[in-house]
Amino acid sequence: MAADGGMGHATKRREDVRFLMGRGKYTDDYTPAQTSYCAFARSNVANGKINNIDTAAAAAMPGVIAVFTGEDFADVGGNPAGWAIVSRDGEPMKEPKRPVLAHGKVRHVGDAYAAVVAETLEQAMDAVEAIEADIDELDAVVDMASALASGSALVHDEIETNMCFDWGWIEDNRAATDEAIKNAPHVTTLELVNNRLVPNAMEPRCSIGEYDPGTGDYKLTTTSQNPHLTRLLISAFVMGIPENKLTVHAPDVGGGFGSKIYHYGEEALVLAAAKKLNRPVKWTSTRTEAFLSDAHGRDHVTKIELACEKDGTFIAFRTETLANVGAYLSNFSTATPTFLHGTLMAGNYTVPNVYVNVKAVFTNTAPVDAYRGAGRPEATFSLERVIDKAARELGLNPVDIRRKNFVKPDQYPFASAAGLEYDSGNYDALMDGLEDVADLAGFEARRAESAKNGKLRGLGINSYIEACGIAPSNLVGVLGSRVGLYDAATVRVNATGNISVMVGAHSHGQGHETAFPQVVADLLGVDPMSVEIVHGDTSKIPFGMGTYGSRSLAVCGSAVFRATEKIIKKATLIAAHMMEDKPENVDFKDGEFAVKGTNKKVSFGDVALKAYIPHDFPLEDIEPGLEETAFYDPANFTYPSGAYACEVEVDPDTGKVEICSMVAMDDFGNVVNPMIVTGQVQGGLAQGIGQALLEHGIYDENGQLLSGSLMDYAMPRADDLPNLVVDHSYATRCTHNPIGVKGCGEAGAIGSPPTVVNAVVDALQRGGHDVDHIDMPVSPGRVWAAMNT
Amino acid sequence: MPTINLNVNGTSMSAEVENRTVLSTALRERLGMTGTHIGCDTSQCGGCVVHVNGQAVKSCTIFAVEADGAEVETIEGQAYIDGSLNIIQQAFQDHHGLQCGFCTPGMIMSAAALLKENPKPTEAEIRAYLSGNICRCTGYQGIVNAIMAASGQSVAIAAE
Repeated sequence: MAADGGMGHATKRREDVRFLMGRGKYTDDYTPAQTSYCAFARSNVANGKINNIDTAAAAAMPGVIAVFTGEDFADVGGNPAGWAIVSRDGEPMKEPKRPVLAHGKVRHVGDAYAAVVAETLEQAMDAVEAIEADIDELDAVVDMASALASGSALVHDEIETNMCFDWGWIEDNRAATDEAIKNAPHVTTLELVNNRLVPNAMEPRCSIGEYDPGTGDYKLTTTSQNPHLTRLLISAFVMGIPENKLTVHAPDVGGGFGSKIYHYGEEALVLAAAKKLNRPVKWTSTRTEAFLSDAHGRDHVTKIELACEKDGTFIAFRTETLANVGAYLSNFSTATPTFLHGTLMAGNYTVPNVYVNVKAVFTNTAPVDAYRGAGRPEATFSLERVIDKAARELGLNPVDIRRKNFVKPDQYPFASAAGLEYDSGNYDALMDGLEDVADLAGFEARRAESAKNGKLRGLGINSYIEACGIAPSNLVGVLGSRVGLYDAATVRVNATGNISVMVGAHSHGQGHETAFPQVVADLLGVDPMSVEIVHGDTSKIPFGMGTYGSRSLAVCGSAVFRATEKIIKKATLIAAHMMEDKPENVDFKDGEFAVKGTNKKVSFGDVALKAYIPHDFPLEDIEPGLEETAFYDPANFTYPSGAYACEVEVDPDTGKVEICSMVAMDDFGNVVNPMIVTGQVQGGLAQGIGQALLEHGIYDENGQLLSGSLMDYAMPRADDLPNLVVDHSYATRCTHNPIGVKGCGEAGAIGSPPTVVNAVVDALQRGGHDVDHIDMPVSPGRVWAAMNT
Repeated sequence: MPTINLNVNGTSMSAEVENRTVLSTALRERLGMTGTHIGCDTSQCGGCVVHVNGQAVKSCTIFAVEADGAEVETIEGQAYIDGSLNIIQQAFQDHHGLQCGFCTPGMIMSAAALLKENPKPTEAEIRAYLSGNICRCTGYQGIVNAIMAASGQSVAIAAE
């Protein structure tokens, strides 16, 4: 037990204080002495052949120090994809090179083809305007189906196709699934779009390169969710800088949501420029650049079929999906539509047959990669929309059809038909809780009240399961991952008894600086405030894989737990020595070591001090010091699950949808800090509601991003959202990590989009409109059109 | 380049700026006041809200030269002199009104302006007032709760 505020306590976040005082230090807040400023020239056409880039006029502009083009980086490596996908025919995926700066061709609007470094940012931006780019515009590849048609223009000429891969999951299940669907008493089919999203973390990306000619050391300060992976990519693939000569520092980071997992060319450029110019080089993205060059999310076009008995028992799900990967393969882009999507296509259900086909398509658009939820929102949306449609066709209640097919509590561990082994859960219990908290029984009365006001009220129900705590290295290795997905922590007990914990996870809103100490304090029986977390700097932390995929607590937190256990083991040896007894006779409880059956005891603090003043240590048995590292590789994914309800009112005159209530019942296993968990779910819900009602990254047929600013792209604002009711009081412990936690960062964004759309369709159906589906975002125009055609 | 004089959080400061330099850039780049954040280029996000002569202003919407002679309040001047948080800041911590912290300075400055105008706003009034401040992390629930609490209205406290 912690002295105060250990696991399970809604401890206030200590990191808040610096943020609330304006004393956070984000990358753009660092300006080393002699900093020079970088600005990029970016393509204004989606597909173009570069004939010539004339930089002479720009180079002669006031303050300009250097101008770089793709030629300068022709010899350095490409930024690789992290997962190798194999197509159904056994062919490896197509993997065109992603250069630091476009070379030969530009492939999307915003593709950087030159960079200027100048004394001031204004001078750099002025000089970018003076670069003369002779680029022949080619036909743009935008629509995925057209991209796969013969005769289409090409994004990458050298691979002679726009298809990256054609993947089947599980290919051995294909024939049985086809057969089951052919013979099924009822088949429901739905075609849907999972709309492209722009992540829009509020802090735009920023990178500062530094080089010390005295030591040959490089430093990259950058907006990253995983500094070690960024360093590894730069060292091993892109620039060949030895890892031990490159420090990557991701200080305070203003949100990521996936978009800052990846290594981007701008990072390599500022490092190369810093060395060449012997000056720090800083680039700060504008919001416009963020829209055009950050990795986007989602963008699937899917046909899903659900075969079932007349009583609603599921027989098979079959899915065909086109997944947009944009113009280049971003680091996780090939894993997102495959192993983070196809493996979830059995949902919470005992369905025996699942087959998923995903064709990944290159287009002349910004790269698409993992964005909050990454594949699981796409899976959940397809499943939960088609289930709703099937329930309506069969005359079943949406709650009942789900309950009929839920995996039951006595079936764990449960091998799903999509290849995962769910370790724990209780979906009926969550649905019970939802019926209660969301007062589903009271819906009819609320609907009647809305009708009196001329509004169509609808109720949307959803259940989801997701796989997070990414991920067991042995499993992902089999599935094509080129990295391991363990994490690491070093617990250093200082001589005076306080504790520094160096972690591989990176906190950019998740509250690690508060929650991780709760875990350590609980194990050691000390005050959480005596524990400090160090993260984000590769020169200080062990090699961990960063924060994404709701992995920080489940994977890195487990490493913290294991390292702390090692501390207790070592401290027990020291305590036994101090009390002149055998280690096996020493118990550790509430911060004290005691010899069983005696009143001999020493405090944790005294043991810590002794560890560093080992005047009388038996050095062959006990080393001085008290510092331990653990690498933790999970045995399985973790499987959070939930049941969500949403009520909407639709204005039949305008098609405007108002969300009246949103209730999320989630099972996250054990909860370390319930306040932080609630906040994570609320944030996820806002992003899911944003996807469902507001947000859309729209490219026109020429590959121009129409929703390319915060004036055009509808971010959820305070007055777009309802009160968000979040309940995670029901929990089934994760069975395979030491804290019993499952991961909460993405749940809200996974569970909410189908809940909202189900509610809108329900409202229209109850209002007498024969509407099966409306694609997201469910804008007033789309709703009105659905009601009036 | 023109020189401007500002009183920032009670301290006189001066800086050379270009005519095209906006106040947010002047605060960050010329005066080193990096608590004010720049999250967009279309005056939508609200990360740069400061008070100019008592009025809440998106500091990317005015040129630094326009603010010459003005009294400017920024996030750095909001806590008490002993470093303790003011009532709005404390409410944001108590009600988990921030996650990554990037929008927070603008949120705090907008909230302060709201409560000066309207000391007991309803939840709907808070949501409407904040429509010029975008937060991507919290879903706004903690922010709305914090402002309700800071204005003395009853909200269940989130933190212990």
